[in-house]
Amino acid sequence: MSADTDSDPDVMGLDHTTVTGWGRTAPTAARLIRPRTYEEAATAVRECGARGGIPRGLGRAYGDAAQNAGGSVLDMTALDRVHAIDADGGTVLCDAGVSLHRLMEVLLPLGWFVPVTPGTRYVTVGGAIGADIHGKNHHVSGSFARHVLALELLTADGEIRTVVPGTPLFDATAGGMGLTGVILTATIRLQPVETSLMSVDTERATNLDDLMARLAATDHRYRYSVAWIDLLARGATTGRAVLTRGDHAPLDALPARLRRDPLAFRTPRLPATPAILPEGLLSRTTVGLFNELWYRKAPRTRTGQLQRISAFFHPLDGVPHWNRVYGRGGFVQYQFVVGYGREDALRRIVRRISERRCPSFLAVLKRFGESDPGWLSFPVPGWTLALDIPAGLPGLGAFLDELDEEVAAAGGRVYLAKDARLRPELLAAMYPRLDDFRQLRAQLDPRGVFVSDLARRLSL
Amino acid sequence: MKDAFGLPQSLLVLGGTSEIALATARRLIARRTRTVWLAGRPSPALEEAAGQLRGLGADVHTIAFDALDPASHEAVLGKVFAEGDIDMVLLAFGLLGDQARDEREPEAAVRVAQTNYTGGVSAGLVCARSLQSQGHGSLVVLSSVAGERARRANFIYGSSKAGLDAFAQGLGDALHGTGVHVMVVRPGFVRTRMTAGLPEAPLATTPEAVATAVELGLRRRAETVWVPGALRVVMAALRHLPRGVFRRLPV
Repeated sequence: MSADTDSDPDVMGLDHTTVTGWGRTAPTAARLIRPRTYEEAATAVRECGARGGIPRGLGRAYGDAAQNAGGSVLDMTALDRVHAIDADGGTVLCDAGVSLHRLMEVLLPLGWFVPVTPGTRYVTVGGAIGADIHGKNHHVSGSFARHVLALELLTADGEIRTVVPGTPLFDATAGGMGLTGVILTATIRLQPVETSLMSVDTERATNLDDLMARLAATDHRYRYSVAWIDLLARGATTGRAVLTRGDHAPLDALPARLRRDPLAFRTPRLPATPAILPEGLLSRTTVGLFNELWYRKAPRTRTGQLQRISAFFHPLDGVPHWNRVYGRGGFVQYQFVVGYGREDALRRIVRRISERRCPSFLAVLKRFGESDPGWLSFPVPGWTLALDIPAGLPGLGAFLDELDEEVAAAGGRVYLAKDARLRPELLAAMYPRLDDFRQLRAQLDPRGVFVSDLARRLSL
Repeated sequence: MKDAFGLPQSLLVLGGTSEIALATARRLIARRTRTVWLAGRPSPALEEAAGQLRGLGADVHTIAFDALDPASHEAVLGKVFAEGDIDMVLLAFGLLGDQARDEREPEAAVRVAQTNYTGGVSAGLVCARSLQSQGHGSLVVLSSVAGERARRANFIYGSSKAGLDAFAQGLGDALHGTGVHVMVVRPGFVRTRMTAGLPEAPLATTPEAVATAVELGLRRRAETVWVPGALRVVMAALRHLPRGVFRRLPV
């Protein structure tokens, strides 16, 4: 506001910035601090004030997990050193602010790949652990934290602790949404690869039952597996989908031209999405057209197609700021999982979304394998569906509340890294270890130094 | 915290017996709101309103608040904010007055002005400051179409709302970028206790319709909301009518 407010410590000065998640809903203001050393990070934690602090990586969590109204947000992206690579054993020790993109750049030429990657390379290692992210290989490889051998955690008392798997603090931190402390470094076990290309099989499924049958019967043959669903298709074609599955291509699968530099990491990028776009760009009509084209252009079946890592895993990374196409109102991503044996619930939900005509062009179904021990870690064995919906859609809040009820009744849960709207009452049913998490936080951080908008909203 | 649709979990109502405010509170409780503070002059009506909202499942507190006593606002409202974050403040107190009497008795007119404008300025600034240090929250100010252009029939009330409206717009600009959202709501003729017995104006509306418009405005992070929406166009036309013509309109 005016100059005289600067003298009042209660009122914010100019160093406050509004912060949102990738979905660009619910902006709040916080003091953005960018520590460049571990000491600066420790100082920031000690001095973050009455409204606490929360670490933030590259801001790809969709909801409010990495924002902290009126308090501090620790932008960790300046702590981005890769300390040591064991090229024989296949491990890397790096700062938490290193992005998966950077890791791929340094590791691929050595014949190693990150063990788990989500749909974007632009997440940090700290964020990957905090959200215990999963990828298209969850049914084989589990979530990110399974591959973490150790991490260093800056806790509320200003101490730096080494945390290893099998301890309560590790299980609270993996998927703990940054609320146990600031991850400073991590040692990660890597995945060996012969080439930087993917060998991809594509097929179409004509409806949801066809899709589920195909996935259930053949998923185990592929390291990576995902299905894009057309949620605007109705009637007999409800749940029609394109399955894309594959594995790292072995060297002998490459044509001679590519064998000269088999581990090259190429990442084409298009111009950024303009900052201002007309509202209502994503309507039922435009998304319906897109979905129709996308389904039709996919081959009925094709095997052994060679694709770049960026095209197979991260198609949207080629379009910087793609989240802007949802306009000023932003969007919510809804991702839930229901266990095997609860296919009835999945069918009901898909039918309801199709009938509701939600304009969602990004809807993805996949199967999760064994879960990992993180207390608030999302994946459990079952079916997981993720979809993006413009937040301005009338009645969307109440509709998603109804889906939550269905998910919870089926023993399922929604993903906190994507949440911006869950009714707090349902959280305990979805995450049975919530009380353990709360107790550990109360002991470890009695003053509540680490807090986020997500934590306030859901009383984590 | 508010959710992705701008819906608050905690609500502070200034003017806790206002029918529009209570309709809005009921609507928000049906969504996300769990904690409600009803601020107003202590009265059986205030307690009854609190009881009704409790019946809907909310945790409701009442607090003694007097718009005409700005000196007390800091202390009274400070206590509410000290209890925890307030995601939305609904500034809903106001007096319609009695135009004919108020023209004869300037002291009565001043009471209308002091309640609607001075009280709004004081309470608005106190809340804005707390919301700002929270780094989030919505301040929803109930203005009126009467403030858009003063007319013969109720210019005392209208001018007080005009002042409040201009104040709230400026406050919204001042708070831009602080995480705090200020929304000015301009209803037309609303059928309530306040307007009982008055001749009904065209495009009359209900407290429930205002509540619906508030929810929609929160979702869109709107800065101005007209209820009903058609009034935006009607008032844009009326605002530009020459005085001589406007004076003769039967409005």
